[in-house]
Amino acid sequence: MELKDLIAKKLSDNFNNVHFDFSEYKNEYTITFDKKYISKICKFLKVDDDLNFMLCEDITAIDWEKPKNRFTVVYHIFSLKNNYRIVLRADVDESDCNIDTVTSVWKTSNWQEREVYDMYGIKFNNHPDLRRMYMPEDFSYYPLRKDFPLMGIPGSLPLPKK
Amino acid sequence: MQKLTKEDVHPKIIEALLGADTDITIEDALENEMILNMGPQHPATHGVLRLLLRLDGETVMSCVPELGYLHRGYEKMAENMSYYEFIPHTDRLDYLSPLSNNVAWVLAVEKLAGIEAPPRAQYIRMMVAELARIASHLVAMGSLAMDVGALTVFLWTLREREKILDIWDILCGARFTNSFTRIGGVANDAQPEVIAKVKWFIDQFDENLDECEKLLNTNRIFVERLDGIGIISSSDAIDLGMTGPSLRASGVEFDLRRATPYLFYNEIDFKVITYKEGDSLARYFVRVDEARESAKIVRQILDKMPIGSTMANQPKNVLPRKTEIYSKMEELIHDFMIVNFGINPPVGEIYSAIENPKGELGFYLVSKGEGHPWKCKIRSPSFNNLQAIPHLLKGHMISDVVAIVGSIDPIMGEADK
Repeated sequence: MELKDLIAKKLSDNFNNVHFDFSEYKNEYTITFDKKYISKICKFLKVDDDLNFMLCEDITAIDWEKPKNRFTVVYHIFSLKNNYRIVLRADVDESDCNIDTVTSVWKTSNWQEREVYDMYGIKFNNHPDLRRMYMPEDFSYYPLRKDFPLMGIPGSLPLPKK
Repeated sequence: MQKLTKEDVHPKIIEALLGADTDITIEDALENEMILNMGPQHPATHGVLRLLLRLDGETVMSCVPELGYLHRGYEKMAENMSYYEFIPHTDRLDYLSPLSNNVAWVLAVEKLAGIEAPPRAQYIRMMVAELARIASHLVAMGSLAMDVGALTVFLWTLREREKILDIWDILCGARFTNSFTRIGGVANDAQPEVIAKVKWFIDQFDENLDECEKLLNTNRIFVERLDGIGIISSSDAIDLGMTGPSLRASGVEFDLRRATPYLFYNEIDFKVITYKEGDSLARYFVRVDEARESAKIVRQILDKMPIGSTMANQPKNVLPRKTEIYSKMEELIHDFMIVNFGINPPVGEIYSAIENPKGELGFYLVSKGEGHPWKCKIRSPSFNNLQAIPHLLKGHMISDVVAIVGSIDPIMGEADK
């Protein structure tokens, strides 16, 4: 059985009540599901002996600029054992702009989630240290949202005191 | 020196630094524990990295890195420019190995748009990427030695690097910010004089590297300042998302050139260097051995390099050469369309990563079929490697901070984006 079929089978077997969308584009296997289950599924993918997705390469979000499900949080995880990368996706609505953290699964997601919070304003529930990553703490906008202008907002960043 | 006051540090940072403890003062430093602010302008932090250290005497109890002093918003800028226009900006990510970043970017765009560069172009890309790796590791070696007090080696390794910059000067027309690759190929073909120069460089490189290495490996101060300092186990290193030499120094044999071969790395014979110890000295050894391994790879590339064109023949997506634009109508039209409207890759999203000198450099691109990417995410190795710093520093002396930061070799240009 091919690895991606194995992943699909294992996930559907272990999470009966979750609806998964499997797709493949340019040899990248993508799994989309509801944001409620993100930490459970990540935990499963990491500890399962055949899959062993030990390395969380990247967490980011996409702003689709649409009223429903405005954001998609995207996880790229890599299995060192199988040399295989998969993509996990979960939609986040603007009115309920939060998703569970996966810091308990991969420590590296701490900063990656902080960056997503900084840039998109998506809150990560139960995150141990949710501060802004790049922007100053008292900055009140989210720069990578599509409604933030490219030139920035004049006066939003105070100059340091003399 | 100005004293740090409570107003200089945001309360949330203090909170992260202290955790549950409150037995600490900022104003009255020598009372018991104290907070020391290191950076952002500190010569040994390799750029604008700010570390807030909580000290008990000279021992580091905890550390909170603060990033963002070099944040230029490249991901936002990428959403507002065409795929071609972003190539020069990738130079400014990891500014010690610009060519490697160029290669990573064009490979990502080519995957998104379904373009394949001709074999010669791909071999040239491999050659420059490996030269960039050597150049970057030479600087890492030299600056690490300088951080712990061995000043001479820095001059010696930079002398070697200068030779690589000279090669880039002939090949790309620029020494530092090269912007050499193009979507579908490379900007210039490697002329015979470039090949000859690369050959000459590789032939004398091993000997010169041995010389630099002898200066360090027999230097007791250098070895003792790094040996057993900043140990990280393989499982912790993976968990913290480290990649590149820092991960391989902990005994994990993970190299994207081997794990997910791109370009023609599957035809090249090379070893993935690993060390078991996981300390700063091992990270230094991995870099030296990798530089030597890269020289071996370049030698094989020179032997195998095919002849042929260096630009893909897909006029709708690949910029024509300047001489043709000035003399042919068709090329002029394509040039106009590509420059003004972009290459419009099909709707889709891809992630493409290569093994940069610092670790895994990945680009995540989302296309909506327009000339601009809808989203561009830069997965930078330094950002993820830096996350291990609090873990590495805990329990070490304050003088080890510079050694550990130097051994991680972070480049703030790509960590801050």
